[in-house]
Amino acid sequence: MRYSLLKIIKEGLTGNKGWRPIWRNPEPKKKYDVIIIGGGGHGLSTAYYLSNVYGINNVAVLEKGWIGSGNIGRNTTIIRSNYMLPGNEPFYELSLKLWEGLEQDFNYNAMISQRGIINLFHSDGQRDAYARRGNAMLLEGADAELLDEESVRDICPFLDFNNARFPIKGGLMQKRGGTVRHDAVAWGYARGADNKGVDIIQNCEVTGFKIVNGVCRGVETNLGPISANKIASCAAGSSSRVMSLAGIKLPIESHVLQAFVSEGLKPILPNVITFGAGHFYVSQSDKGGLVFGGDIDGYNSYAQRGNLPVVEDVCEGGMALMPFIGRAKLLRMWGGVMDMSMDGSPFIDKTHIQGLYFNGGWCYGGFKATPASGLCYAHLLATDEPHEVAKELTLDRFIHGKIIDEKGVGAQPNLH
Amino acid sequence: MVINHPLLGPRDASEFVYLGDASLMDRPNWLDKDAGQKFYKYQYLRDNPHLEHKELWFHEQGDRSWLIVTRNISTHEILTVELAKKFFDKGV
Repeated sequence: MRYSLLKIIKEGLTGNKGWRPIWRNPEPKKKYDVIIIGGGGHGLSTAYYLSNVYGINNVAVLEKGWIGSGNIGRNTTIIRSNYMLPGNEPFYELSLKLWEGLEQDFNYNAMISQRGIINLFHSDGQRDAYARRGNAMLLEGADAELLDEESVRDICPFLDFNNARFPIKGGLMQKRGGTVRHDAVAWGYARGADNKGVDIIQNCEVTGFKIVNGVCRGVETNLGPISANKIASCAAGSSSRVMSLAGIKLPIESHVLQAFVSEGLKPILPNVITFGAGHFYVSQSDKGGLVFGGDIDGYNSYAQRGNLPVVEDVCEGGMALMPFIGRAKLLRMWGGVMDMSMDGSPFIDKTHIQGLYFNGGWCYGGFKATPASGLCYAHLLATDEPHEVAKELTLDRFIHGKIIDEKGVGAQPNLH
Repeated sequence: MVINHPLLGPRDASEFVYLGDASLMDRPNWLDKDAGQKFYKYQYLRDNPHLEHKELWFHEQGDRSWLIVTRNISTHEILTVELAKKFFDKGV
């Protein structure tokens, strides 16, 4: 079923009786060409691009809960490609380009809104750093614009420009950045993959791998064994748990990141804003709630909830940046489990076990990467060669000293 | 979280700095033949378990002691707290 204006009018006039569930709930087959472990954003987009771009349709997505129940359903929905390093920026720029055409591509309304993102700076040193980053972005074909204080004032007059400790001196703007309706991304990809025959199997937890003579031939699940030629782990947050079933130790720690939504307000934030003097980022949803977040809690956690010191820290960042936020009540807050990697950058790679592939380590930047992650992972699975823009996202890069550390803080995952 | 410091009693976790897995105390010997490989594993690879986890916390805003905290990673429940120096020569 293709969505169109005509379809909406027709359904509207005939009592909306023609809408059908947009994916099936099939029983697992005995064997597939590819099994994807994890029905989150990245797993579903991988299935979508495998079936729609690379013509591999005999694919199952195994999800231990319901699809979209992990971080695709609990993030702050920001898309951008304002990275600096050569190993990262082309990848995220490809992702942003895919976002720009995504709704037409998968015929689903993901409410992609390129409202722009401004990273504020508060000192001369920070201006230099952002100018450098902006130039790195321009070199890779992304858009970037260095705003002075007056230009930021024009766009966001409500910010506390004269904060005594951290006055706002300007910002780096990426106009093509913005926000997306995150759940719709999971649903749109699921629908697009299901239409091509991909089996999305929910409530199916992988409990083990079938590895014979160093070759992975299938998985054990709570619904019985399923075999496949290629098994693709895509369970960020729980990557270490899944890969430990194959005896693989990863350069990853799991940490909790909290996010917050205020009560609904009238439109006030024109775009996404990040505070340069602390860790605070905020945008306004279409329902009016201010969606914001900050640092991870900083200790290993699989709990999907955080603690109060970080709540206080995030809210202090908000108060320093835009004091009016103190008048809004906090409506909801929640936590998600992040794969924090040793250099803050992700992995899309084969493992040393033939037939077993790995995608993970997205830290807290996985949402914006969803389309490119799926496309590059599908490329790897289909061709056994890394995609051009993902060839540095290897699992063994630490042995070879080829780390991609945007912040330059070293192998300390809670600082990335 | 409240960490029961063995010397100072219950202290708020925000007084501490978190380092990570307690295996970081077992620094390899740089004279070993395969020291490169050992340091790679030591520095970059983690067990990252989802239940019990032994980890290093530094009481930066307190007595500046290193603690080994055993914590349930899925519930944040703190099971035991010990002074790291107890283990320093023995390994963990």
